[in-house]
Parts: sequence; C-alpha cells; structure tokens
Amino acid sequence: MTETAERKALTREQLLSAYRIMRAIREFEERVHAEFATGEIPGFVHLYAGEEASAVGVCSNLDDRDTIASTHRGHGHCIAKGVDVGEMMAEIYGRKTGSCHGKGGSMHIADLSKGMLGANGIVGGGPPLICGTALAAKIKGTGGVGVAFFGDGASNQGTTLEAMNLASVWNLPAIFVAENNGYAETTSSTWSVASDNIADRAAGFGMPGVIIDGFDFFAVHEAASEAIARAREGGGPTLLEMKFTRYFGHFEGDQQTYRAGEVEHARAELDCLKRFAARTTETGELTQSDLDAIDAEVAAATDRAVMEAKAAPLPTEADLLTDVYVRY
Amino acid sequence: MARTITYREAINEALAQEMERDESVIVMGEDNAGGEGSPGEMDAWGGVLGVTKGLYHRFPGRVLDTPISESAFIGAAIGAATAGMRPVAELMFVDFMGVCFDQIYNQAAKFRYMFGGKAVTPVVIRTMYGAGLRAAAQHSQCLYPLFTHIPGLKVVVPATPYDAKGLLTQAIRDDDPVMFFEHKALYDLAGPVPEEGYALPFGEANVVREGGDVTIVTLGRMVHTSLEAAGQLAGAGVQCEVIDLRTTSPLDEDTVLESVEGTGRLVVVDEAHPRCSMATDISALVARKAFGALRAPIETVTAPHTPVPFSNTLEDLYVPDAQRIANAVKAVAEWTR
Repeated sequence: MTETAERKALTREQLLSAYRIMRAIREFEERVHAEFATGEIPGFVHLYAGEEASAVGVCSNLDDRDTIASTHRGHGHCIAKGVDVGEMMAEIYGRKTGSCHGKGGSMHIADLSKGMLGANGIVGGGPPLICGTALAAKIKGTGGVGVAFFGDGASNQGTTLEAMNLASVWNLPAIFVAENNGYAETTSSTWSVASDNIADRAAGFGMPGVIIDGFDFFAVHEAASEAIARAREGGGPTLLEMKFTRYFGHFEGDQQTYRAGEVEHARAELDCLKRFAARTTETGELTQSDLDAIDAEVAAATDRAVMEAKAAPLPTEADLLTDVYVRY
Repeated sequence: MARTITYREAINEALAQEMERDESVIVMGEDNAGGEGSPGEMDAWGGVLGVTKGLYHRFPGRVLDTPISESAFIGAAIGAATAGMRPVAELMFVDFMGVCFDQIYNQAAKFRYMFGGKAVTPVVIRTMYGAGLRAAAQHSQCLYPLFTHIPGLKVVVPATPYDAKGLLTQAIRDDDPVMFFEHKALYDLAGPVPEEGYALPFGEANVVREGGDVTIVTLGRMVHTSLEAAGQLAGAGVQCEVIDLRTTSPLDEDTVLESVEGTGRLVVVDEAHPRCSMATDISALVARKAFGALRAPIETVTAPHTPVPFSNTLEDLYVPDAQRIANAVKAVAEWTR
C-alpha cells in the first residue's frame, strides 16, 4: 500500500484524534519533566516523549474489547488507551484522586475499565498477562485482541520469549510491540540484543515480524492495522518492532552520559508530531489552524491536570490497609 | 451424600463441578492433554498427577495444554483472570515457582492494591508440594511460607479429601488470587466427601482432635502425623488438641489462641523448613497474644534447615514423624519451671 493510499484511508476525524492524542502524550511528558525538576513529584518517572507514534499508531486500531499491557515507560500507552489524563497526573503526584488512589504511582497506572492492564515495574512483566487477556477474548469470542508493549530490554527476558511461543502455540489474538528506543536503561540494544533486529526473533516463534520506523505514525498505524485485523480473524500473533529514540533519559535525573547528539537530531529531523503535521497539511487533509487549536486545547488540559493534581488531597492512614484483597 | 473418594478424586470433582456451574472456569497446565497432534490418546495423563483426567473431553476448549513454560502460562492464567475468566492453573511442582514467581507475587498479588482497588484477579494456582516420594531437593519442598508472606495472595493447604474439595471450590469462587497446595503423599488418601458441591470458608481452622493438655497446631500432611502422635500420647495420659490450620492466609488466629488459653502448652508441627515459617509465625502469635496463658516454652517440630535429601534413610529422617512430635509434646507437658 502506498503512503498516500494509506493516508486516504484515515478520516479527518481519525487524523485529528491521532494528532490530539500524540500531542497530549508529548505535552504530558514535557510537563512531567518540568514539574519533576521542581522536586514535587515523588519516586521515579520514565518518560515516553519521542515514542508517541507507537502507542497511538497501535491503539488507534483498538476498541473496548481490546486490552494492552505496558511498561515502566507507560504514560503514553495509558493516554493512547483512553485513561483520564487528570487522574494520571494526580496519580503521579501520589494523590487520592489518582487513577490508583495514590497507591500505584507512575509505574503502575492502570484502568482495567479501559482495557489498560497497567504500566509495569517489572521488565517483561506484561507479555504473559497479555496471553491471558487474548485467551479470554478468544474463548469468549469477542473478537478482541491483547497487545503487549515492551522495550528492547524486555525483548531479552524469558517471559517475553515464552509468551510469544505460547501465543503461537495457542494461536492467540495477541500483538507484541517491541519498542526499541536504543537503550535498556543505559545499555545499548546494539550490544544487548544478539540478533540484528528484535523482529527477527518472530521467525523462531512462527509468527510474522515487522520492522517499523517508530517515528512515522502512518507506518505504525498501517502495520498495526494489518496485524490486528489478522489477529481478530484468528490468524494468530504478530511481533512489531518500532525503531526510534526516547527524548529523555531512562528516568528523570538520568544524565545520559551514554549517548550524544541523537536526541537533538531526532527532535529536529525525525519527530513524529512534526512529520505528522507536515504530511497532513501538505496533502490538505488538515490545516495548520486545526493543529494549532489542538495544541492550545491540549496545553490547557495539561495545565488543568497539573493544577488539580497539586491541589488534590493525599491519601490518609485509613487508605493504607484497604484494597489488598477483595475480601479477606 | 458422602462417599469415600480419594484426595485426587475430590480435587477432580471440585474442578468438574465448578466448570459445570460456571463457564468462566477454565483449566490449564502441563500434560493436561498431551498436546494436539499427539499420536496417542488425548488426555492420556490428565496432568502429571492425573488430577485433571477426564475433564479434557468433558469440557471441550476449556482444558488447555501448555508448553513447559510456567512464566507464560501462569501469567496467562493471571491475565485471563483480569479479563473475566476464572482460570485454575496447575504449577506441577511448587518447586518450579522459581521460574514464574514474578507473575504470582509481583503481578497477581499486587494488582488490586497498586491499581487502587480496581482489579479483580480470581485465579487459582494448584501446586504439588512436600517430601515422601524420594523426589529429592527440587521436587519435594513445602514452600507455602514464601507465599504466605505476600500480601494479596491467599494460601490453602488442605489435609483431607473433604477439605480439598470444599476449599478448592471456595478457591475457584473466590475473587482473590489463591495458591492451593496439594501434598503429593496425600493424593491416594481416601475419606468421606459429599457428592454435591460445597465451599469451605477460608480462615477457619479445624479442631480435628480435642484435648486439654497440649495444643498441636499443624497443617497439610502433618495433620495426619500429628493425629498419630496424639493417639499414642493419649495412651500415655497426655491429651492433645490438634488444630489443622487449613489456610495460612488468611490465618485463623482465634482458634489457635483459644486452644492455647485452655492448654497453656503449644507444639507447632510443620513439614516446611524451620526459619520464617508457619512454625515461627504461630509461635510468635502465641508468644505475643497468649503469653499469660503459657505454662511451658513453645516447641516446634519441623524439617531441618537443609534441602530435601534423596536417599530413603535421609528423607525419612528429614520429615517429622510421630515419634518426634510425641517427644516434643512430652517435653512441654512435663516442663516445669
């Protein structure tokens, strides 16, 4: 399929929505970056900026039947699957009004009512779980799929490899999305991943593997659309590998002494939002004023999320012991 | 109506009745069927323990074979539980938890709390434990203390066919993740079990023998060894009250404390290793909450702090027997200041 034909396949509403969600993720992450520096946000945060086209390109093919599992770098996946941005920001600030009432934090934001099975503090924690949600969809015949997002680091974890094997053995409607941003913490994936590409590993599990320019929303959307349609029809799992760069460190505070120049180059030349804007305005599908309006709306919503989070109450002693069990 | 069936049959019956009652109940594990495409009889083994035999054909599509890939299929059971199923996964030997523990203790156990009460994960992980089959160090451990330590998990250790059926039924109906421990030396134990389905509540210990002199708190296979010791001791004039904990999480503290309030003497019998175990946990509970009632030091009878040995002579020395229990009971019964 040509690039033009693919873009024609997306409606104006779909294009506006994709841009709005990618912009919302970027704005959210840039803002958390700035606010973290003030010292008001507790704990660790791992930012997704730069990788937006992956979360949105995949999740724009999903609906309420579908579930995703995420990673420690999970804010983008949450927003792309429809988790409330205000509740997410409150969670990151450890507030009672947060997605998890302040008990999870950045690494555990979840909203099962949205099919978002959680960011995950364990590298490789998500893929086995997604075999389960995909199995449930298959048994119940909902046509739903399960999508496991994981990084280049998790591509070396046994859980991920076992899950891909099981997904093929059980012929599950599962999609494995390897987000290869070049570094597992500080360690280059060119060193830690023994195969040339993570996608090459798909052959070992009897599933298709696709290498994708992770900065290109349209490339991601097209590949994900094909894989998800195949999974919904009983055609089994696919491994998608996004190649791109994260704009911030492994965690906030990381001095990034292990790399130089990449981020500046990516931000200037490869950025998913810039490319999306350039393409859609060149074809006339969207106008600059469409995009400007979204930028303003997203900036205001993010401001509001931060303000509300800062003003929200903290959990109290009464919350410490609740929700360990449904009933004990 | 109750008939006499084995511990293995009682577990199979609970699975079958709950699968009949609720179509969201599914079963998965290694060698459940032998894998599609095998030349021999499907369901040849019914799991390596034979516990799921007969279910594969009775419930088409709901008994899943798995590769030897515990992280993947235990994780899949947990994921399916978050998506509306009630999976019962078989972790063949609890010793294999080492390859899939993350999915149990970092994922299943923590979802509800770390997601702010929004997750429900009704998964059951059935697993075989304990020494006695000369299966040596990596197939014989009693690892329920490790799971009991983890908030968010419930831990069940049935001693009889009746309890196995009732507690497994409760485990399947329960909305929290449950670890269900089956002692490999009990599978052929027969006992009365009602035909109809029934659930036994968690956190309710069973006083399996009443007596006023010494309280024995125990669980699993050691219930039977303790009863044997109690029978011998009765002949010597020492009356033991034997308490089967049935579940270690939740723990029925009241039944233990009430008994010790009456006897003033406690022996805890556990096949697990001695450190950070139910033996130390129950000892600490009684020392803290029934200190005033104690008339003798608390005694424990456990396996030693060693891996499980292979050779017959060594394994027999490793597992607590009735004589060691009787000696401990006599020591606390005769203890004077």
